[in-house]
Amino acid sequence: MSIVTVQLGQCGNQIGHEVFNAICSDVRGTHGLCSKKENESYHDACKERFFSEEESEVPVARAVLVDMEPKVISQTLSIAARSGYWKYGDRSYFCQKQGSGNNWANGYSVLGPRHKEVIMNLVQKEAEKCDRLGGFFTIMSMAGGTGSGLGAFVTQCLRDTFPTSFILNHVIWPYGTGEVIVQNYNSVLTLSHLYQSSDALLVHENDVIHKICAQLMNIKQISFRDVNQVIAHQLGSVFQPTYTGEGSVRYSRNPLGDLVETLVPHPEFKMLGLRNIPQMPENSLAYSTFSWPGLIKHLRQMLIANAKMEEGIDWQVRPPRLGSSIPASHSTNKPLRFNTSVANLVILRGKDVHSIDLGSFQDPSLYTSWLTPQDAFNAWKTPRAFNKYEKSASLVSNSQFLLKPLDNVVGKAWNMFASKAYIHQYTKFGIEEEDFLDSFTALEQVISSYTFL
Amino acid sequence: FFFILFFRSGDDGPDIYKGKICSLKARALLIDMEEGVVNEILQGPLRDVFDGKQLITDVSGSGNNWAVGHKLYGYQYRENIVEKLRKIAEHCDCLQCFFIIHSMGGGTGSGLGTFVLNLLEDEFPEVYRFVTSVYPSGEDDVITSPYNSVLAMKELNEHADCVLPIENESLFDIVNKINQMIHSGKLGSTVKQNSMITSSAGSAKTVQEKPFDAMNNIVANLLLNLTSSARFEGSLNMDLNEISMNLVPFPRLHYLVSSLTPLYTLADVNVPSRRLDQMFSDAFSRDHQLIQADPKHCLYLACALLVRGNVQVSDLRRNIERLKPSLHFVSWNQEGWKTGLCSVPPVGHSHSLLALANNTCVKPTFIELKDRFMKLYKKKAHLHHYLHIDGMEQSCFSEAILSLSDLIEEYNELDATKAGLRTDPPRLKIAV
Repeated sequence: MSIVTVQLGQCGNQIGHEVFNAICSDVRGTHGLCSKKENESYHDACKERFFSEEESEVPVARAVLVDMEPKVISQTLSIAARSGYWKYGDRSYFCQKQGSGNNWANGYSVLGPRHKEVIMNLVQKEAEKCDRLGGFFTIMSMAGGTGSGLGAFVTQCLRDTFPTSFILNHVIWPYGTGEVIVQNYNSVLTLSHLYQSSDALLVHENDVIHKICAQLMNIKQISFRDVNQVIAHQLGSVFQPTYTGEGSVRYSRNPLGDLVETLVPHPEFKMLGLRNIPQMPENSLAYSTFSWPGLIKHLRQMLIANAKMEEGIDWQVRPPRLGSSIPASHSTNKPLRFNTSVANLVILRGKDVHSIDLGSFQDPSLYTSWLTPQDAFNAWKTPRAFNKYEKSASLVSNSQFLLKPLDNVVGKAWNMFASKAYIHQYTKFGIEEEDFLDSFTALEQVISSYTFL
Repeated sequence: FFFILFFRSGDDGPDIYKGKICSLKARALLIDMEEGVVNEILQGPLRDVFDGKQLITDVSGSGNNWAVGHKLYGYQYRENIVEKLRKIAEHCDCLQCFFIIHSMGGGTGSGLGTFVLNLLEDEFPEVYRFVTSVYPSGEDDVITSPYNSVLAMKELNEHADCVLPIENESLFDIVNKINQMIHSGKLGSTVKQNSMITSSAGSAKTVQEKPFDAMNNIVANLLLNLTSSARFEGSLNMDLNEISMNLVPFPRLHYLVSSLTPLYTLADVNVPSRRLDQMFSDAFSRDHQLIQADPKHCLYLACALLVRGNVQVSDLRRNIERLKPSLHFVSWNQEGWKTGLCSVPPVGHSHSLLALANNTCVKPTFIELKDRFMKLYKKKAHLHHYLHIDGMEQSCFSEAILSLSDLIEEYNELDATKAGLRTDPPRLKIAV
């Protein structure tokens, strides 16, 4: 099954490009550490998922590029083609000249409807190229105008046009301090709208990735390219082929569907966080060895202590003792810093992957009471190593990971809304105060739901 | 598309041949009610860049009288202006923004200039209007400059999307600072000729004969930096409409204090990251501002940093964290920073920074302007020169001063919040 990627705005296009790069480079790499047959299976599964074979020498990414100004797309297309290993479709893009001005209302109410037909035509064309359509993966930032506003509109259109397809939105959470002054408004509007049309929101926070670049990757002058490459690596670790069931003999053919069904048992809970370990500079890889028990132990503690990366984990946090009756609506008995999960997915890639003990992730005290650990926890594996890491473990978690960031963004946006600052910029394009209030209400509901897990 | 934004291809021949611009034409309309300045441009080194059909001139000037510029010439030249604007607009694939460049104290720039501003709103309502206005200083030799400025301010309040006020005094100080640097003869520090913010390429003089040339080049650099992200690629683009969106929280509060760094590059100094941080500090020093104001002691409503050159997001973040504590931001915009990263630095520099601040520090400037206006108005000095122009009435004056007073009051209200205790408004309650 194939995934169609929709890259929206500057952020979406810059990241999308790094993702295809990472995937392609991984598949080409000689560090698979597995049998030739395994490698070939992996290669074929990956190809089917992300690339189409057309009458071209190199694989063509199954992607649609959308932006309201031309420079980023132009760069993205040419850099990809220059790599010589893959490229984008020559006509798989749509751009305008003016940009969205960081204005969500402009992106959603004006530019979206105006360009709906052209954009959806491109998506339709791409979808038709797939033997079997596995769903849509959109990449966007929440802070700007195109990715956020136009992105929310396009997601809605995808849902209307493909009612039974899976839609996963990859959303970039901006730096807490200023990339865009109205970023909190744009974020609130984006999240509330995506919640209605999307199946799940997979989030990356710029602040977190920045720290990873600084402390784990040892990069001195961190650029957006560095940040995007870490994000691409983490996404690759989720979406490259895996075996999703015990005793599977074939790579899973429905990655998006499997992901969504595994992690989103209830439509009120769609916020997914991602952790991937180990993470280190490439030139250190040769000198490091990891054990699966060690990686699993770290990953589990990162989950329950809500650690953003594998340094500075708080080992004091422990799951609460079961046996006390904790009704779903009163979670005050749980230690405050403990991160409660709805569902978790662990993805393991590399040597000796089948002998790993994952019992610690099946501990019922990690989860809310309304799912059994058997249903709440899943593991996907492949012996094929990923992106030069001999062993790599990822955690996609539907938990309280994003509760605090969400609460922060809503709080700041509300504070600004109370003073009515910048509202005229939105009403100019058709988003009224009531629309803001609806969005705030929707998100307070999500916050409440996650708080009382 | 680098050239396309400001130029269009001329009618014949290649745009650039052997490194020289051949037939690019500026997307510009030159308007002056006397001929001297425009003629000089058309005979100068840039004569081929300006299309002879894209100008409107007259002979006698506006006599430093806003009413003459706005009401008399406005009425007279309206159709002509609209026609020429439409022609220029037709050559644009996608018209995003108008830059209006004028002074406030005289008659033509101030009066006819704001007439054109009105016209642009009527004829092209969806196109952004950025205005670069040179404000008169207290010692301005034009006696009626307070009248002209306040009458123009009303138009700017109501019809401009963004105004970048400039004061000659600041430009002059910057020119002096550079001259001091050049002549200080510090050992081992020579200034790279084409790196000075006051120099235009090709000018080899170290002492500008005409001080206005150097000062005007500073403003030119301001506009270059403002549009750099639209013209060149970068990892975080910042378009002109984003500037308006992020820096204008309330429609009339659209006056932005600009500061530019660096002013020059030393030829023989390596640039470690400490110097990069110095650039950020300089952007918040009064020496680099284009108007006389004190943002550090007033209230920031919003701030934008447009960086050019080899500067990455970590440099930006480090410096914002460093500078934030010393700046006062309004309670509902504590993290009010808008940032842009453009990969291509200006000629002669490895990096540069343009800071645009929406700050209540413009209030004193406006209060002074109001005071100077009232001094004249109370005595009805020179009023008759204005009132005898067709269409000009006493109410124009009273409305204008009211508009300015209201604006000052809006800034006052915001300043008042600076002292108060910050209590966050209560959040929405959801039934569990």
